[in-house]
Amino acid sequence: MSVVGHIGTAVGPHETPPPPPRKGRRLLPYLLLLPGGLWLTIFFAVPAVQLAATSLYDPSGSLQQGYAMTWEFGNYADALSAYWPHFLRSLLYAGIATLLCLLLGYPLAYAIAQKANRFKNLMLVCVIAPFFTSFLVRTLAWKTILSDNGWLVGVLRDIGILGSDGRLLATSAAVVLGLTYNFLPFMVLPLYASLDRLDGRLLEAANDLYASPARAFAKVTLPLSMPGVVAGTLLTFIPAAGDYINAELLGTPNQYMIGNVIDSAFLVRLDYPQAAALSFLLMAIILAMVFVYVKRSGTDEVL
Amino acid sequence: MKLGRWLSDHWVMGVGVLVLAYLFLPIAVVVGLSFNEPSSRLSYDFNKFTLDNWTNPCGPGDMCDAVVRSVQIGFIATVAATVLGTLMAFALVRHRFRGRAATNLLIFLPMATPEVVMGSSLLALFVAGGVPLGFWTVVIAHVMFCVSFVVVTVKARLSGFDSRLEEAAMDLYADEFHTFRKVTLPLVFPGIVAAALLAFSLSFDDFIITNFNSGTTVTFPMYVWGAAQRGIPPQVNVIGTAMFLIALLLVLGTSVRRRRAA
Amino acid sequence: MSKGDLRLVNLTKRFGVFTAVDDISLTIPQGGFFALLGASGCGKTTTLRMVAGLEEPTSGKVLLGGKDISRLRPYKRPVNTVFQSYALFPHLDVFENVAFGLRRRGIGDIRSQVERMLALVQLEGFGKRRPAQLSGGQQQRVALARALINHPQVLLLDEPLGALDLKLRRQMQIELKRIQTEVGLTFVHVTHDQEEAMTMADTVAVMNAGRIEQLGAPAEIYEFPSTPFVANFLGQSNLLAGEVAGRSGDEVLISAYGSRFSVPAGRCRVVDGNVYLGVRPEKLHLAPNTDSVPSGHQWVTGVISDSSYVGVSTQYLVRTPWGTEVSAFSSNAGVHAQVPRGAHVVAYWRPDHAFLLSRQAGAGDATQPLLETVP
Ligand SMILES: Nc1ncnc2c1ncn2[C@@H]1O[C@H](COP(=O)(O)OP(=O)(O)O)[C@@H](O)[C@H]1O
Ligand SMILES: [Mg+2]
Repeated sequence: MSVVGHIGTAVGPHETPPPPPRKGRRLLPYLLLLPGGLWLTIFFAVPAVQLAATSLYDPSGSLQQGYAMTWEFGNYADALSAYWPHFLRSLLYAGIATLLCLLLGYPLAYAIAQKANRFKNLMLVCVIAPFFTSFLVRTLAWKTILSDNGWLVGVLRDIGILGSDGRLLATSAAVVLGLTYNFLPFMVLPLYASLDRLDGRLLEAANDLYASPARAFAKVTLPLSMPGVVAGTLLTFIPAAGDYINAELLGTPNQYMIGNVIDSAFLVRLDYPQAAALSFLLMAIILAMVFVYVKRSGTDEVL
Repeated sequence: MKLGRWLSDHWVMGVGVLVLAYLFLPIAVVVGLSFNEPSSRLSYDFNKFTLDNWTNPCGPGDMCDAVVRSVQIGFIATVAATVLGTLMAFALVRHRFRGRAATNLLIFLPMATPEVVMGSSLLALFVAGGVPLGFWTVVIAHVMFCVSFVVVTVKARLSGFDSRLEEAAMDLYADEFHTFRKVTLPLVFPGIVAAALLAFSLSFDDFIITNFNSGTTVTFPMYVWGAAQRGIPPQVNVIGTAMFLIALLLVLGTSVRRRRAA
Repeated sequence: MSKGDLRLVNLTKRFGVFTAVDDISLTIPQGGFFALLGASGCGKTTTLRMVAGLEEPTSGKVLLGGKDISRLRPYKRPVNTVFQSYALFPHLDVFENVAFGLRRRGIGDIRSQVERMLALVQLEGFGKRRPAQLSGGQQQRVALARALINHPQVLLLDEPLGALDLKLRRQMQIELKRIQTEVGLTFVHVTHDQEEAMTMADTVAVMNAGRIEQLGAPAEIYEFPSTPFVANFLGQSNLLAGEVAGRSGDEVLISAYGSRFSVPAGRCRVVDGNVYLGVRPEKLHLAPNTDSVPSGHQWVTGVISDSSYVGVSTQYLVRTPWGTEVSAFSSNAGVHAQVPRGAHVVAYWRPDHAFLLSRQAGAGDATQPLLETVP
């Protein structure tokens, strides 16, 4: 097994119950958890709670004068009424991108896991390697590919798919394409992990029993790869919904997602209570969706 | 008939290769542009072939400093996150204890939280605590979001671990320490390496969280972002290509070595 | 009791409310080949694991040479195990697998010892291979060498031959026995294969649901089982349900289905109440009518309901007048002609070949039903 293979199995939810503890070792798990747990508590949980508090501050304060805690639930109403189109757009773009990732990623993961044989490792490396050319550099490359005087637009104009002044860059399609592209590996790896575990003989047996490959797929492959599908969609949807780079580089303000709004509220407008309210809303919406989705799909182990 | 059969056997692979091509399209552009002499600062079109960018990769002012800084941050964050995450994974897979569900949640939540939210809330913490932003705040942030991925990766390797091997070691006079040292660690090591690799790539590539917590410190993604407003120097593509090649060699190298060893 | 005896004293293991090993007490003499025989799930592995120190007893003790080792960590016990699935270290080659115990104990001269051990298990030249590059039989021998090289006082073998095909299994049985005689260690061999237990061991313990049902030399257990379970787990038995009707001198009288039978008192596990009268199928002979039954024998009548020819012998099922079936093996030595199905026959036996076991009230005949080939 290669190193890559292990990254592949990373997200596969698969846990055997731990053996019962031996006497005198009851403290050990807590010692092992302590450093990482503290780190996550201090630098993730505490800020999240503080974020929730900030979101309820009086918005008329400022960083210099300080903020007063006034339990300003109005911040949420204001944030929603001003930016609901951005929320909707984020969820929509991320949803479409996730679906596209699933449609593209499933055949690729299946091909690697079940068909690639000795090219398996090479293909896995090909999925992971793009990570290393920076995210931004790749997105800028898409900007080149999609640019108005690039070959792609030229070809599409020539064959009439785009009008003579039709564009790819600065459209919603470009943003969704960028999101799909950037998060595709996060879909492929967990899918690969669950498809790789699939026993080839199981498929043969299914082909034998169900005769049609389509039915065998629906009855055996798909159900058995559900943990991978769930993990993959989560790992794709979550970062995509919060992303703002793709909208910034490949879109226009008309394509801005909630990430762009939060970013500018924090770093440009310096409106902390509103930025916090927006952040917390986004987190709450995503977590709510995640929990519903995970419960629905019956793969709680991912948590 | 024959063609139909061939198609039905190979269409999945065909689609898979097409998807890989999609993954590689922008990388091809990056590689191409690394040999480009742009006509103007803001032009991203291929103009003229040149090797100048490769012979002079550190041409544009602070770019190489940013790359070095990114590697340093990536290295420190990887080591720390790998150690912390591996310990947690061992606790979760090997021990039964109270608070397991809460721990799992604490590990899962960072993966389920958008980067803007993590970046901004951490910024608020640093500001409130009067911590000056810079190199170390970036490291802290990177360790935070890498730990969860390390835990998940190592956990996957550990839960497939045959605990009878450890029992066999103990049966053969290895005490707890030597059992860990001679049997557990060597067998879990590939999972730890994979986790470290993942952590490094996540750290090296991160822009959003870094952007919130870096102050005036410039990492490579931050440099690219800044340059994107003014016009990207073609050397950025050299770095992109080089990193890609290094990663490819590294991963292929380890997998070939492992195969040899196996 | 000699110095190196292994003794289990009231050994019990519970997993939650489930009792896997239930109050086992036994002594295994030093240098013996002891087989623990029982169906899958009866607690054999758990018993071994408690001896090895991999499982803590819920109660009871493990004594080795009079010393209580129940609470010692596994690496402190002079006991080694050949695991059910071998558990070879996949990241180490054969040499390092075998050398593992020596290295941990800091013993010198590893190379020559390992090489001698590999020769003993006939794996010379395999030192550089990884476990994954070995066949099942070879892996099994590495596991054996890895344990034996430490000269433990007791070697525990947990179904080491379970994964092998029949031929290799027979070969390894002989080899194991040879090695045991050669090195003179105490072997505790767990198996669910009754033939394996009988051919290899000096002493067999038959386990059922966490308890030892019977312990003794193989022939002793086979000839005079102590419970219906043992009678049918080790080989097969015809068990006729009856009640003790009295006693006549040295004979216990039994009435069953309106007939009278007798069994010598020395072959009775019980002498009153509900009983099973047991006869092994090979001890049942067939005659065409009661007149041809030799004197001194006892018999039941019946009709041949099924027969199967298995080469060395023919197995017959005889349906008795009360509706149950008994089975009889008849050797194909050429003395008897084949008896056709539907023929009326008399099945007879010598009373001193029969045995008497306790029976729960209400339990009916317990003959192993069909004509299975004996494994
Ligand atoms: N760690 C455990 N937890 C719960 N039950 C166990 C455990 N180990 C064994 N058992 C149960 O104890 C019984 C005996 O198991 P085992 O000793 O492995 O049987 P055998 O080796 O005779 O097949 C089985 O029913 C098994 O399910
Ligand atoms: Mg067992």
